[in-house]
Amino acid sequence: MSTDSVINTQNQTAGAADPGSHGPSRGNEPLALHLENVTMQFGGVVSVNNLSLDVPQGKIIALIGPNGAGKTTAFNCITGVYQPTNGLIEFMGQPMVRTYPRGKDAKIYKGQNREKYAGQHVLTPTPDQITQLGIARTFQNIRLWKSMTVFENVLTAKHMRAKQNVFSAILRMNLAEEKRMREETMDLLREQGLETVKDELATSLPYGLQRRLEIARALATNPKLLLLDEPAAGMNPQETLELADFVQEIREKYGLTVFLIEHHMDLVMNISDYIYVIDFGSEIAQGVPETVQSDRRVIEAYLGISEDQEDKSNT
Amino acid sequence: MEYVISVLLSGISVGGQYALIAIGYTLVYGILRLINFAHGDVFMVAGLMGIYFTAVLPITLSIPLVILVTVALGFAIERVAYKPLRDAPRMSVMISAIGVSYLLQNSATYVTGGQPMTYPKIPFLSNTINVAGTQTKWVVILTPFLVLALVFVLTQLIDRTKIGMAMRAVSKDFETSRLMGIKINSVISTTFIIGSALAAVGSVLFFTNYPAITPMAGAMPGLKAFVAAVFGGIGSIPGAVIGAFLIGICETIIKGLPSAWDVSVFSDAFTFALLIIILIFKPQGLFGEAATDKV
Repeated sequence: MSTDSVINTQNQTAGAADPGSHGPSRGNEPLALHLENVTMQFGGVVSVNNLSLDVPQGKIIALIGPNGAGKTTAFNCITGVYQPTNGLIEFMGQPMVRTYPRGKDAKIYKGQNREKYAGQHVLTPTPDQITQLGIARTFQNIRLWKSMTVFENVLTAKHMRAKQNVFSAILRMNLAEEKRMREETMDLLREQGLETVKDELATSLPYGLQRRLEIARALATNPKLLLLDEPAAGMNPQETLELADFVQEIREKYGLTVFLIEHHMDLVMNISDYIYVIDFGSEIAQGVPETVQSDRRVIEAYLGISEDQEDKSNT
Repeated sequence: MEYVISVLLSGISVGGQYALIAIGYTLVYGILRLINFAHGDVFMVAGLMGIYFTAVLPITLSIPLVILVTVALGFAIERVAYKPLRDAPRMSVMISAIGVSYLLQNSATYVTGGQPMTYPKIPFLSNTINVAGTQTKWVVILTPFLVLALVFVLTQLIDRTKIGMAMRAVSKDFETSRLMGIKINSVISTTFIIGSALAAVGSVLFFTNYPAITPMAGAMPGLKAFVAAVFGGIGSIPGAVIGAFLIGICETIIKGLPSAWDVSVFSDAFTFALLIIILIFKPQGLFGEAATDKV
């Protein structure tokens, strides 16, 4: 069953995108996420350099690149863990993050487009505000709340949309809301096949289930955009195939847009509608899976480059 | 026998009062990994406010007002002295806490002129009752029950409600919690609000038993409550409560030993000797989690 759907998607993606067009949206599709000239610099080190990309609504877009290419840093800029040194990030057509190098940063700034956003209103929301807007993520190295149960992990994320505070909780004014949240949490766990382990500690779960729980927890925040940071890390080929199905399933079901970082090329090529490749913080290629797969720069970045090839490419 | 009962009763009650302060230490530590040195002084300020408010207002109004203003004070301290240092090294926040502690002590000295102030008699709490042949103040009987009730409410809050789960989540992983939409600033503020409210209740119970308040009156109970929190395993609420009761009882027993032995002056020394022993043999305390600092 899983192979069928994989082949299916491949056909779909091959048919859907025109290899000649630039960018995944082909003009007028509404974008879930739009990055423009995003640069993240730590002191003199430029981790993400002038990155621009589009994630159209309802699509699965991948960000790939060798280790240390700046993929997770890009995610951290989108989720507000880092405030980019420069650039604009739009979510659902609205500016969400906008900044330019100021003060000390401006003196050592090595990226491009330094003046572009200067003088514009600076927006740097905190991670929780960004999650409120509808962006949820998972982590490369699983980061569940370890000493809480599976149920509590999901419920705590669900609570983000709850209105109660300490006073109303003491006065027990939110019983209806709390009850509804608990029911929704149970529904979500049932769907993810986690209801049998709901009272176990998150850390006692096997690795694959911990990954599922992380996704369930992200879904509990009612996201519009789901960021997956290497969801298949540490999975065997079979599990990876299941994950591919699963990601497509939840995209359909929740009307999500998915933006993922991944190293498993099988998975990326199977499920992505469009792929961005970065190396040393800069974009080196983009396109539909077929184009990217055969791109010389991508192969070089992943496999390295021999010296005489390097000479040729310089000339 | 009657003497033993009265010593035990007052030990339990002192322990309960320490427990109310110790919870404030342990909650804040659990979430911010900060030892809030100003907490004992917040307790003292609550005591002083009790004096000033009862001077002009009826008791039924001034006690809620004391709690309310103490909560506001705790909230303000966090916003002014700790929040701007959220990303600073832990040591900076700790020094800020010590600064706030001295600020409160000195302000209290300024306001009171450094004179010991007499705590008002609260009609019901200061009345005496005959228990097993000894005259005891009502406050002594009432304290342990009140403490247990408050601790029960608090544990329910932490186990079952949004804010409680958010507190637990933040104490486990700050960064992930923010990314899951938890407003950490409001969680931290709530922690200080709960801690200050309990300290205010503690101050009413504690100072009813004592003749006077000086600007230094918060230091000793604060330190002992801190030892209690460490003893129970800092970050753990049941730990802090049990630690506080044990320290209160031991201390009162030592104070109550026959005067011919001449050991009563060592009751404070006992508490701090206990601290040293715990830190040597069981640094994580009775219920604390073994320290695994993530890097």
